[in-house]
Amino acid sequence: MTHPSNGSTLNLTLNGAAVAAPVYSGERLSQTLRERLGAKDVKIGCNAGDCGACTVLLDGAPVCACLVGAQQAEGRRVDTLSGLLHEGGIAQELAAQFQQTGAAQCGICTPGMIVSAVALLRAVPRPDADEVQDALGGVLCRCTGYRSIIDAVVAAGQATRAPEIPPEAEAVGTSFLRLDGLAKVSGTEAFGDDIAPPETLVIQVIRAPHPRAAFRFGDLDAYCSQSDGIVAVLTAADVPGLNRFGVIPDFVDQPVFAETETRFRGEAVAAVVGHPAAMNHFDPSTFPITWDPLPAALTPQAATAKDAPQLFPDRLGNLMCSGFVRCGDADAALSKAFVRTSGQFSSGFVEHAYLEPEAGFAQITDGRIEIHACTQAPVMDQEALAAILDRPLSDIRIVPSAVGGGFGSKLDISMQPFLALAALKTGQPVRIAYTRSESMQSTTKRHPSDISLSIGADRDGRLQGFRFHGQFNTGAYASWGPTVANRVPVHASGPYYLRDYTARSEAIHTHCPPAGAFRGFGVPQSAIAQECLFDELADKLAMDRLEFRILNALEDGQPTVCGQVFDQGVGIGACLKALRPAWQSERAAAAKRSGGDLRYGVGVAAGWYGCGNTSLPNPSTIKAGVRRDGQIVLHQGAMDIGQGSNTVIAQIFAQALGVPLGHIALIGADTDVTPDAGKTSASRQTFVSGNAAKLAGEALRVRILQCANAGPDARIRSQGGALQVQDGGTELTVHLQDLATDRDGYVLAASETYDPPTRPLDANGQGAPYAQFGYAAHLAVVSVDMKLGLVRATKFVAAHDVGRAINPMLIEGQVQGGIAQGLGMALMEEYLPGRTENLHDYLIPTIGDVPPIETLIIEAPDAHGPYGAKGLGEHVLIPTAPALLNAIADATGTRLRRVPATPGHVLAAIKGQSND
Amino acid sequence: MTFTTAHSLAEAVAVAANGDVRILAGGTDVFASVASTGPALPILDVTRVPELQGIAQKDGQWRIGAGVTWAQVIAAPLPNAFDGLKAAAREVGSRQIQTTATLAGNLCNASPAADGVPPLLALDAQVEIQSRVGSRMVPLADFLIGPGQTCLQRGELVTAICLPTLPIGAVSGFTKLGARRYLVISIAMIAAVAVLDRAGAFQSLKLAIGACGPVARRQPKLEQLAIGQRAADIRVSVQDLQDLSPISDARATASYRLEAAAESATRVLQGLAT
Repeated sequence: MTHPSNGSTLNLTLNGAAVAAPVYSGERLSQTLRERLGAKDVKIGCNAGDCGACTVLLDGAPVCACLVGAQQAEGRRVDTLSGLLHEGGIAQELAAQFQQTGAAQCGICTPGMIVSAVALLRAVPRPDADEVQDALGGVLCRCTGYRSIIDAVVAAGQATRAPEIPPEAEAVGTSFLRLDGLAKVSGTEAFGDDIAPPETLVIQVIRAPHPRAAFRFGDLDAYCSQSDGIVAVLTAADVPGLNRFGVIPDFVDQPVFAETETRFRGEAVAAVVGHPAAMNHFDPSTFPITWDPLPAALTPQAATAKDAPQLFPDRLGNLMCSGFVRCGDADAALSKAFVRTSGQFSSGFVEHAYLEPEAGFAQITDGRIEIHACTQAPVMDQEALAAILDRPLSDIRIVPSAVGGGFGSKLDISMQPFLALAALKTGQPVRIAYTRSESMQSTTKRHPSDISLSIGADRDGRLQGFRFHGQFNTGAYASWGPTVANRVPVHASGPYYLRDYTARSEAIHTHCPPAGAFRGFGVPQSAIAQECLFDELADKLAMDRLEFRILNALEDGQPTVCGQVFDQGVGIGACLKALRPAWQSERAAAAKRSGGDLRYGVGVAAGWYGCGNTSLPNPSTIKAGVRRDGQIVLHQGAMDIGQGSNTVIAQIFAQALGVPLGHIALIGADTDVTPDAGKTSASRQTFVSGNAAKLAGEALRVRILQCANAGPDARIRSQGGALQVQDGGTELTVHLQDLATDRDGYVLAASETYDPPTRPLDANGQGAPYAQFGYAAHLAVVSVDMKLGLVRATKFVAAHDVGRAINPMLIEGQVQGGIAQGLGMALMEEYLPGRTENLHDYLIPTIGDVPPIETLIIEAPDAHGPYGAKGLGEHVLIPTAPALLNAIADATGTRLRRVPATPGHVLAAIKGQSND
Repeated sequence: MTFTTAHSLAEAVAVAANGDVRILAGGTDVFASVASTGPALPILDVTRVPELQGIAQKDGQWRIGAGVTWAQVIAAPLPNAFDGLKAAAREVGSRQIQTTATLAGNLCNASPAADGVPPLLALDAQVEIQSRVGSRMVPLADFLIGPGQTCLQRGELVTAICLPTLPIGAVSGFTKLGARRYLVISIAMIAAVAVLDRAGAFQSLKLAIGACGPVARRQPKLEQLAIGQRAADIRVSVQDLQDLSPISDARATASYRLEAAAESATRVLQGLAT
């Protein structure tokens, strides 16, 4: 449809200035603003009004620009974030408050949030939290858990600012504002779809409409030559190297383009590359392809049945892999236990639902392929493309864009091969942006789980025997399924002391989307089973549910189920004990508040998570240097996907170097510029890259002090175009001009690598899988409508052992965001292929669904962590869902064993029915 | 492919008469229903037609122009009988959606879960339709035929929603049940308009249930049963409901929808007592 309309022109007032744009009939206002008028601060998350990222003011009122025809804006006034900021006043105040409270994590929803808040504050100058929620209810955020956003808008109305952080503040332990925060609150941050220049060729992928199908192409050459504006068609025949990718060396099994048969709905078979005017009205149904649907296995039950279709000939019974950990004798212990409980638990696919669909831009520069796209793992992308393109690594440059949320799914490559192949085939710059449905159909999900668990305890309440079996639907391809299969048996015990333990996991292939990495790698699913049964055991023993956990909490010096002994840093006991006051007061309050159809309940649950790869090397390298003008430059390659590594890694580096944070300039990430800091996953960046940054800072410090001939306690400052070193009473200037520069232009430089010490697991899963664990315990309060089954979370208290809080504000942001995701998993989220492929059928929490969250930061320093710090990213949602389910049980007396606990399921459980 | 902006009703009717057009008002369904690029039919934008604007009371009835948005309904000074409609307006999508989405568009889209239909059914709404041959008035219950289907003929467009003036003292209520707070498609919806006597008993009741069948339905049996009962004491059971055929989908099962509808109806009716 969007044909240029006879050269006619659209006139409107954009951000106070009269502008004209060519009319493309029927085009969305959002697209006109972004592509014709350069307003890239208008973000696209769904093109359906479901996410609000594209909110602009149309004649002063908030609208989703994706739902307004560009021609409907003729003669009207449109304001976007950048224009509102230019006006100053309210928007400026909001931007400042968003930075102060950490209300922008990845930043993709931030323009929509601030624009909506401007409309509110113009009408209601001092809104309360309820008014903020009503006004911002149409904008989704997947990172923050919304509480900091509410705080920012309320504070903007009151114009109360937090005190400024003194520039000389200690680098570690201070809540510095995000170093990349200004770009996020200004809408200038460039995400994957914000980079391509106008008129760049556009790629659209042709995808399977069936769970399993054979296919045949028609005459692709004729199609290409006869279609106006189509430049190239890509298929498997265009892949010069290996038509396979994957993240685990023994499991590289997913084709870039399927060759003869597709294995899940949404799998790519071809891509069309064309001029934007043609691709704007590209109709995939005109593409010459014939589909023959084939019988599919959509559940592990179906896939393990006798005559089930096999997805891979060498993976018999569709078993991709399994994991196993055993210590002691679980069966014997259980048979002798004083009390026992067992249960079966299940969960469905969960979608990451970051607000930025996969997007990027590619070009060929000096014969090399340059990919500018959102990613969590630039060097892994580079390696995967080298194999697919059959080119050396040095031919491929990955320049990550800002990442609008990842949560695990952007660890895998998605659109990158299409970009590279299209750029190579056409020789021209190309771009791609997935639609929301395409993103949901084709990228990885959290594994659905079916878990059987039995646990026993002795008369005193000490755990006695634990037998776990988990079957995980790993979908059509391996992705991170093997990691889930390995991690689950290691973690299924929870952070408790168990002498007799057996845990087995299986990952089963089905004709579903590949299940991969999602915050917690299977541990959130296993924690639901374990923590819910702990409540049942405590109840059988007539013990307090929190004290039962404290009694069994792992302590320093006690072996984990893998036989690993930590002599220090086991912080779970401290986390659980920190919940005692809230546990008492909230339970008393819940009993008082319950009445009529509304019952209140309180639940607790704990979790642990090993930081870094499981028994595998996962080094990070951090490089830094001093330029001749005295500027200290940190090469920061640890991908910041909103969680804050740009700031945290710099804080650790500054602390080690002994300079104020503000004296450091950041560059990266870019595979040409930053050494490999590994992937942003497994809660490893603060721990692993943080250690590399600490080592690099210390090494650079030694070099500077040597140069100045100063003692080890001297103070370093970078100012006035020089390095000053103060040693006792003596002020020295380091004469950088006399020093030779290296090829990066540095006169002094350091590059250091850290790889956490682990040991392999034996056949019984015994060994040292991680150098450190982080620990967490959550308390959740819910209200349950006993006649409608509606559950509302009303409060969380979250205790997290982070070893050492590098940046407390960023920690709170992680905790709140993780809880929101855990709440979504517990209460509303289930991805059903073909049915919930958009953000109105797939529900994630809105700003009205996340209650106040109190974060208790526990610091049990870890010997391996930089300044004692531990990872945090995954820990934050592991206890959330079981804490909510335990709270529902506390309120209703009924236990749910399946998530999401939607109103129908809850009501059925209350009435003692099955509602599956 | 054409995009026509009509500046008068006559112009809009003339363009509509020419054949297949997609009428664009708030755009929140038109643009949401297409993948990435935009609608495939020629578009007729009616948002600048002055005759479709405004809410007015005249000749014993209220007339809500087809161009009136949910935000305009929320802001309009209207009697208590419209409280349920306003409550529904606040539950439509989000502020962003309420700003542009129109009541008439909500009816024309004919979703089984359309937020506007139950309150407008309870208000005895009629739909004013115009074409080149003339205009006609259709009761809302007849206007809606099925999911996505209305009685609109080729060349016709909705010009207004007309509501009879209700007795002074008429009260109304609305509730929408969904699995999250905002931006939610309902599992079940209830709207009621009633007149209570001094003792708080129903003198009249109009109640409609949405999202529990292909189209929202009034509940004549329940409306009759309620007469003379005190609102504060009323209880609605599934057996009191009629003509509902809810589906089981990702949001809820059919049986849950029925139970939730009965419970929600009880609460809306009891809520009218206060």
